[in-house]
Amino acid sequence: MADVLQQVVSGIASGGVYALLALALVLIYRSTGVVNFAQGEMAMFSTFVCWELLDRGLPYWVAFFLTLAISFVGGVLIERLVIHTVSRSQALTVVTVTIGLLILLNGAAAWIWKGEQRTLENPFPSDTFDVGGVVIAAQDLGIIGVSLAIVLVLWAFFQRTRVGLALRAAALNPASSRLHGVRVSWMLALGWGLAAVLGAVAGILVAPTQGSFDQNLMLPVLIFAFAAAVLGGLDSPIGAVVGGVVLGVVLNLVGAYIDFFADLRLPAALLLILGILLLRPNGLFGRSVVKRV
Amino acid sequence: MPLLELEDVEARYGAVQALHGITLDVGERQVVSVLGANGAGKTTTLRAISGTVRRSGGLRFDGKTLPRSPEAVARLGIAHVPEGRGTFAELSVDENLKLGAYTRRDRSGYASDYEELLKHFPWLAERRDQQAGTLSGGEQQMLALARAFMARPRLILVDEPSLGLAPLIVKQLFDVLRAWIDEHGMSALVVEQNANVALEHSERGYVLEVGRVAVEGTADELRGNESVRRSYLGY
Ligand SMILES: Nc1ncnc2c1ncn2[C@@H]1O[C@H](COP(=O)(O)OP(=O)(O)OP(=O)(O)O)[C@@H](O)[C@H]1O
Ligand SMILES: [Mg+2]
Repeated sequence: MADVLQQVVSGIASGGVYALLALALVLIYRSTGVVNFAQGEMAMFSTFVCWELLDRGLPYWVAFFLTLAISFVGGVLIERLVIHTVSRSQALTVVTVTIGLLILLNGAAAWIWKGEQRTLENPFPSDTFDVGGVVIAAQDLGIIGVSLAIVLVLWAFFQRTRVGLALRAAALNPASSRLHGVRVSWMLALGWGLAAVLGAVAGILVAPTQGSFDQNLMLPVLIFAFAAAVLGGLDSPIGAVVGGVVLGVVLNLVGAYIDFFADLRLPAALLLILGILLLRPNGLFGRSVVKRV
Repeated sequence: MPLLELEDVEARYGAVQALHGITLDVGERQVVSVLGANGAGKTTTLRAISGTVRRSGGLRFDGKTLPRSPEAVARLGIAHVPEGRGTFAELSVDENLKLGAYTRRDRSGYASDYEELLKHFPWLAERRDQQAGTLSGGEQQMLALARAFMARPRLILVDEPSLGLAPLIVKQLFDVLRAWIDEHGMSALVVEQNANVALEHSERGYVLEVGRVAVEGTADELRGNESVRRSYLGY
């Protein structure tokens, strides 16, 4: 039993990372209306930026927050310079552009950082605690704590601030929002900036758990995050968080007790995506608004 | 100087020209009606003002040329209650009202305006946390007006508030609009098919026919006009 709980805790930790990236996907899906396939590569790029800043001797948390700021600006710029210019086209065009971005960012990172394996500093101690027989890694607790904090800050921003409300309104009803003076086009850019920040946190948290990383760090993570977002409902932020945690825990438990499953995690995630899209396209928490016409 | 002046305004949807040169004005503290048959260009006239359709011609607000983007027009103090009401269906009633006040910076003004709003629409208080999409049609129309009020605009554009509503509700809506406008020294340009109610609450009116102004005058003049009476007032 203690063993199971142990697996659950580390499952929640990896689920927290999936949740952050899934939230980023949801954020962009709600505002721009497409799945941003470049989300993982944006996160990978941020992770390299953080590595670079640390490599140049900045203290960890300075590098961390500086990376978030750079990522935010990067996300805004990507929206303004790339996405905005095709935003009037069909969804397929925009999706194709995000796939182009994926390839571009991956190639750029391989070129800038030479495609070598890097190691990102781990901010958390490698200690473990024994809580009533359950061994919990400080690293897992740290990841859970940071993920939770980010989710709460984001929630407060969207629910409690004027700009957060305008962001939601701009995604739900852009025409009406403009009539109220909301600069919808800038709200989209802001959404991309926030998504980039979420991705950066996910990348920075996940990289040390892999030992070393290169430009392909986030490809599998994006698949899991996508599965989590689809599971929760692509337009539901709560769904993304729940989906991420559920996926993390389930994958971890199954992987711990069925040894050949480790290699099957990605195909399993893809199957899950397919199954949900076929059987329950709105996911667990997808939009269910009572509309009167 | 009138608050709003349109001079020879044209507008088109792609190849379709909807306005063929509209000239009208709205004075300070006035309610002005725009009447006309379906497809006459009433909605398009409001859209031309708020910048939600491509238009040309002279459009001045407070003597200055109106900007082209809806956001900028809204920030100048023009609130547009659009056809279809523009409800944020998934958001709560309270959030809808806050969006109405989006361009405002004075928190205390918002609170006192909210109190005043409750005097006209007391049901808002108990529905504050309800999803706005679940309100009745009449309630959504009141909410749309309320959102516009919360912006403290200088001019309110209202598109067919009576659409699909019972006569009693329509009268109440117009009464509230008139009262709020008089109380706060605002102006309004109201598109309406229900000419009787509209003229009762207006100083002046315009009748549009296929994208042009066919008749204009004070509310009394329009009521006395033979063809207006036959076509729009029904007696
Ligand atoms: N989105 C659009 N695309 C193309 N043509 C349009 C569009 N909206 C309106 N029109 C055309 O422009 C003209 C004026 O339309 P408008 O909506 O302004 O009329 P209206 O007076 O508001 O009518 P109603 O009383 O039915 O609301 C009509 O001929 C209409 O067919
Ligand atoms: Mg109309």
